[in-house]
Amino acid sequence: MNAFANHFSFEFSVGIRNKTLMLMNYLFPLGCYVMFGALLGSINPGFLQTIVPAMSLFAVMGGALLGMPEMLVSAREAGIFRSYKINGVPALSILIIPVLTSMLHALLATVVIALTASALFDGRAPANWLGFLLVFLASAFAFAGVGTLIGVVSSNSRMTVLFSQLVFLPSMILGGLMLPFSMLPPAMAKVGLLLPTTYAMDAFGGLAMGQTDGMHPWLSLAILVAAGLLALGMSVFLFSWDSKNATRRGHPALAALAWLPYVVGMLLSLRG
Amino acid sequence: MTDVIIQVEDFRKTYGKVVAVDGISFEVRRGEIFGLLGPNGAGKTSTLESLEGLRRPDGGRLRVSGVDPARQARQLRSLIGVQLQTSGLPDSFRVDEAMRFFCAYHGVATRDDLIDRVGLSDKRRAQYHELSGGQQRRLALALAVAHKPPVVFLDEPTAGLDVASRVMLHDLMRELQAAGSTILLATHDMAEASGMATRVAILLTGRIAATGTPLELTATGAGLTKISVCSENASLARPEATFPAVRQTHRREDYFVYFCTEVGPTVSALIAYLTAQGDPLVDLRVERPTLEDRFLEITTKGAAR
Repeated sequence: MNAFANHFSFEFSVGIRNKTLMLMNYLFPLGCYVMFGALLGSINPGFLQTIVPAMSLFAVMGGALLGMPEMLVSAREAGIFRSYKINGVPALSILIIPVLTSMLHALLATVVIALTASALFDGRAPANWLGFLLVFLASAFAFAGVGTLIGVVSSNSRMTVLFSQLVFLPSMILGGLMLPFSMLPPAMAKVGLLLPTTYAMDAFGGLAMGQTDGMHPWLSLAILVAAGLLALGMSVFLFSWDSKNATRRGHPALAALAWLPYVVGMLLSLRG
Repeated sequence: MTDVIIQVEDFRKTYGKVVAVDGISFEVRRGEIFGLLGPNGAGKTSTLESLEGLRRPDGGRLRVSGVDPARQARQLRSLIGVQLQTSGLPDSFRVDEAMRFFCAYHGVATRDDLIDRVGLSDKRRAQYHELSGGQQRRLALALAVAHKPPVVFLDEPTAGLDVASRVMLHDLMRELQAAGSTILLATHDMAEASGMATRVAILLTGRIAATGTPLELTATGAGLTKISVCSENASLARPEATFPAVRQTHRREDYFVYFCTEVGPTVSALIAYLTAQGDPLVDLRVERPTLEDRFLEITTKGAAR
């Protein structure tokens, strides 16, 4: 097994072995899936039309925003990256491997959701499974990029929680997960256009669930991929091996540039 | 000189306005165990980390086997093995997994033999956080030398370890030296430096205060001999108990410790005094100054050679 595969295998098993990551990757999203499916489904039957994409995005966010950034920050603070640097572990592996493992954990949780939603809650299954997989991968990549970026620029664990919640909570409320985007007040809908979940739900709707009343699903998909790439690129650029010796190539505020594709998406939507 | 493996010339490291290392120079020759001693904040870790490529020097020239650590990171990795002060491993790393992980990145076959060698055979499947402090240090050293590096940096490798773990680590260091490795050892432990190091340098506030073999260093001190005396009635505590050729004195538990320039007159006077006081002698020891004595002499007086 080569070094990359070995590293990947270790990181993936940590996602199950580590109690916090296990909670964020599986227990939290699957627990919420059962709870939301039972409660929201009875209050708002429309939720069951989108339960599979919505809860798969919830699983993606659990691992990518609530689990991964904290692990990156604590590893840096504990000197693990210094040890990696001395032993020749590339920065790219340190950043890309958690992105891939986070996507794989989210995929496994999503498989559970997609296969049980219909039987448990009479939830609507995707009409196009290939499209569903495509949008899932793009969304998971976009969020994993954001999670990595938060882990890279956060100076400590408290800041990690703050930044993660700054993305997680609005994404839940304004991103079309709990409420359809069309039901949001106009001002809130504009804010929603700055959130990855809005584009993910639009792409899921158009490319996987057979909805025709969305924005531009392919454009939304492209925005997600572009944002993921930009976030990962910024993460590599701003990466620091050492919390004691914080020499970076740029100011952490540059991380905001990763939001550029969503700003473009908002401007295009407002013009259209 | 091809025999010189580590070269430090006029090395300087600053953090903002704080000068951590102020133009030090030393060389480490092939196969040596070179001890870097000094109190906290003396600049040991800054020196070590700059040689390891973790920090950039602010001045001077560093070379490890001819490689510039700041500019030739890739070449440096195969040359050096490093045991950091804090071991820097993920808590959930299993012992065998950690060995596989680092060996894979160094491009060498997994060294399970080293897990056995450091006494962790029955801990192969244990996670890092389940190991004791001594076991963690032993694992860290095994990982540091798994790719058989010609140069090994050890930053306080035995701090806080029990006797058995210290002995095991010292044996491993001697094995590495016998196999031709050059070791740079930063330590607070004078007994360790005295017993293990071929040569040492004492750092004080970013400068080298003294350098040489442990024997040379103790010989170039003030040349005082230590006499420790314990008597039944502790009559040596009385103010009139003064003796010839004594330069320093202090009390350590039941012992009165005298540092003197001439042993004969001092010992004779001590025995005569105790006899006159009717105070039976319990123990009297005459010792050559140790590296610790020399270290304390240098660090307390700030003396520089």
